[in-house]
Amino acid sequence: MSQPIERTNDFVIKFANVNGSGSASANMLFAKSILRMGVPVSPRNIFPSNIQGLPTWYEVRVSENGYLGRRGGVDMMVAMNPQTWDQDLMEIEPGGYLFYDSTKPLPKSKFRDDVSVIGMPLTEICNESYTDARQRQLFKNIIYLGALSALVDVDPNEIAQLIGEQYKGKEALLKPNVHALQMGRDYALAHLKCPIGLRVRRADRIGNKIFIEGNSATALGAIYGGATVCAWYPITPSSSVAEAFTRHCKRFRSEPETGKSRYAIVQAEDELASIGIVIGAAWNGARAFTATSGPGISLMTEFIGLAYFAEIPAVIIDVQRGGPSTGMPTRTQQADILSAAYASHGDTKHPLLFPEDPHECFEMSAGAFDLADRLQTPVFVMTDLDIGMNDRLCEPFEWGPSRRLDRGKVMTREMLDAGKEFGRYLDVDGDGIAFRTYPGAHPTRGAYFTRGTTKDRYARYSEEGPVYVDNVQRLLRKFETARELVPKPVLRPARQTTRFGVIYFGSTSPSMSEALDLLDEQGLHVDALRVRAFPFSDEVSEFIAGHEQVFVVEQNRDAQLRMLLVNECAVDPAKLLPVLHYDGTPITARFIVREISAKLAMFNVTPLRKVVS
Amino acid sequence: MTYLTKPRLHHPTLPKNKLGYTRRDYEGAVSTLCAGCGHDSISAAIVQACFELDIEPHRVAKLSGIGCSSKTPAYFLGNSHGFNTVHGRMPSVLTGANLANRDLIYLGVSGDGDSASIGFGQFAHSVRRGVNMVYIVENNGVYGLTKGQFSATADKGSKSKRGATNTDAAIDMVSVALQMGATYVARSFSGDKAQLVPLIKGAILHKGAAFIDVISPCVAFNNHPGSTKSYDYIREHNEAVNFLDVMVEREPITAEYGPGELREVVQHDGSVLRLRKLHEEYDPGDRIVAMNYLQEHAAKGEIVTGLLYVDPDPEDLHAHLNTVDTPLNQLGEHELIPGPEALEHLNSSLR
Repeated sequence: MSQPIERTNDFVIKFANVNGSGSASANMLFAKSILRMGVPVSPRNIFPSNIQGLPTWYEVRVSENGYLGRRGGVDMMVAMNPQTWDQDLMEIEPGGYLFYDSTKPLPKSKFRDDVSVIGMPLTEICNESYTDARQRQLFKNIIYLGALSALVDVDPNEIAQLIGEQYKGKEALLKPNVHALQMGRDYALAHLKCPIGLRVRRADRIGNKIFIEGNSATALGAIYGGATVCAWYPITPSSSVAEAFTRHCKRFRSEPETGKSRYAIVQAEDELASIGIVIGAAWNGARAFTATSGPGISLMTEFIGLAYFAEIPAVIIDVQRGGPSTGMPTRTQQADILSAAYASHGDTKHPLLFPEDPHECFEMSAGAFDLADRLQTPVFVMTDLDIGMNDRLCEPFEWGPSRRLDRGKVMTREMLDAGKEFGRYLDVDGDGIAFRTYPGAHPTRGAYFTRGTTKDRYARYSEEGPVYVDNVQRLLRKFETARELVPKPVLRPARQTTRFGVIYFGSTSPSMSEALDLLDEQGLHVDALRVRAFPFSDEVSEFIAGHEQVFVVEQNRDAQLRMLLVNECAVDPAKLLPVLHYDGTPITARFIVREISAKLAMFNVTPLRKVVS
Repeated sequence: MTYLTKPRLHHPTLPKNKLGYTRRDYEGAVSTLCAGCGHDSISAAIVQACFELDIEPHRVAKLSGIGCSSKTPAYFLGNSHGFNTVHGRMPSVLTGANLANRDLIYLGVSGDGDSASIGFGQFAHSVRRGVNMVYIVENNGVYGLTKGQFSATADKGSKSKRGATNTDAAIDMVSVALQMGATYVARSFSGDKAQLVPLIKGAILHKGAAFIDVISPCVAFNNHPGSTKSYDYIREHNEAVNFLDVMVEREPITAEYGPGELREVVQHDGSVLRLRKLHEEYDPGDRIVAMNYLQEHAAKGEIVTGLLYVDPDPEDLHAHLNTVDTPLNQLGEHELIPGPEALEHLNSSLR
């Protein structure tokens, strides 16, 4: 028998449930109550592509140090799903804990002798207390929540407070929930050894941070970015972006006098129509966006080429999931990097933004509309399932009082009246961006006919070679302008000068931060650069040039960001070492440390600690 | 070749409309389509309709897909913004444009390849959403730019120029539009300007999804014996059910008509559609009657033309979405951005 794990404010607890059993809200209460005790948590939904009946998990990492990446391994399993019992049991770390419904006796062979087994007759308790089948089901979740509060020392008042907030104004629901909570807690205190070795202790590590899903934050960014038209087609894991946008619009975008909508949201017939509607609206001067995932990007590529070549602003939120094809619809990956960067046939490339968490989802989603208008081109916000569909602790949203939208180069009726020369594709100041007019701007000036075919500076059709080259060279100049406008990378230097660097992006961020701490503890020094956008800023090329070897950490099989770096920064491929995680689960610090330290060993870098010992 | 401009010198006696524009002010670049192409007649009808309705050209947005038909927006309304999009996708781009600014007139021009094949879905969905638009299909039953393949509106049993027989069933765009809920549905023939111009005018004044199927013979690839979309064939089989006269305001009836021969439909904006009945039993106010009538007469090999259905009081997509009266592209930042305080409030609800 292993020694039971003893850890305070630093453990992983996983709930194994059946999809559709009402466990989600109880599990969420557990996570939030720990937050209210001032201790950071990061919960993750692990769910199948299914409505009801298949297994689903909720993994909560409790970390006073604020490590929000997935840790890997489970210290305590709340095993509520007989279907996955064997698999769930296997996952528990030696010395860990198993909490289960002991109503039906299980043979000894169904347990492990190196984990502490905590049985509670949940079904029996429910059957005694409730007659209605659905109530038995729902309150079972709250009863185990009550028991857990005693087992891991979570303040039950915090849970009761949260239940109160949840059922504010619905007193009929509030009381039975609090009762069930108390019932579970009382049982545990009377019959089980409480607390166990895993404990939550009140701390003060949250500050003014907020707790929100990335997709909701992205949608809020679209509100603050001034989007008025949203067209979308349901696809996991992006649907909740459009749904959250709808909610935010109802709250913030109703005309007070009439109750009418200052927005238009269309659930289109497919992704092609979605992006078509966005392009039509943006051509006509509204800010518009769509939210989709990899398969949707594939479908949209023809239109993305049109928007690139006709120079129409468009914001595309890509909440990435596991590919290729239908792939792993409910698992996470960063595998659309290349298909987004070079979406569509012919010579095309598009700006991409890589948010690390909901805070940046908000910031980059709002900023994407300014970029798209300024550059008159499609801009992608490349989030993923891990950020998009999980609540994440992050810095609060900010919006400065003096912040204004940048609508880019728009020639107005007044400018046309003043005799300003208008050429839709005429670069007047060298940044590669021409003025546009909105349809209806002026009775006799400023009208143009745009198209996906080749045209001259005045939007007139021409297949003349020099005219074509002039136009596409200007598009390249525009891409250079984009390089200056996109968010700069963030550098985290090692404590000592080092010849090794690591590049990472997006949802890898929390695990990477933790990994860097762990590597540092081992005496392995690596400078880190978090890339936040494509085209790559000069700082990215300089970072690569400044190191002998650079690891590129990403969540796809083919090292897509590495390919993009090799291609766009003209880097010797041998210099960039891929660190790839692509099984559909979020990357962990453990994985990164293992991979990087193994590769460093090949370069004869000896960890300091080993030298000392 | 569409960059060729026509001489802007006008004859001083050219008639002007209420805005002081001549018909020439509604023209576009010189057409590059084949001489005798039906599409050019449709362009001319659009020009005539806009001139007669005193429409400010810059208040029209013209959109198209890909194909011979979709090139035509370059050849009319040169002072209007135009967008030649991608194949079969004009309806979605038009829908988005319409959402951004409800105040403009949206004219979608498409062909049978564009709307009945690759864009069949977008055609159907834009119509069922009730987008306020004039959707014209220039229907010649053939792919012209790629040199003569059958399109999905080619009749079963009709023959290609090379003699191949079409074995697939034809899609009847008018029937589909009726089924999808279009609130103004017409069919006409590019060779009958007297019929076509009023139908376009009525569609422009209609505040909902207006669809016009215009049979427009392809002189290069589909004007031979064995074709059911040739000039000769259409002239022989054209069964006009009514003749339309469109008035912005009601004008006195000048001619004499028999009892029940004349029917007036007052549209929501006050415009009057005065219909002279050519087929006594035909009622364009009844969608189901219209659909049955079309099926019965198609079975007899007749091509029914005229105003086939109109709902004088339609609801459009903006009504469904309850959008504000101000065009969305004209809303200011103070109307769109909730501001720092609202955000701070939101932050505190997320702790």
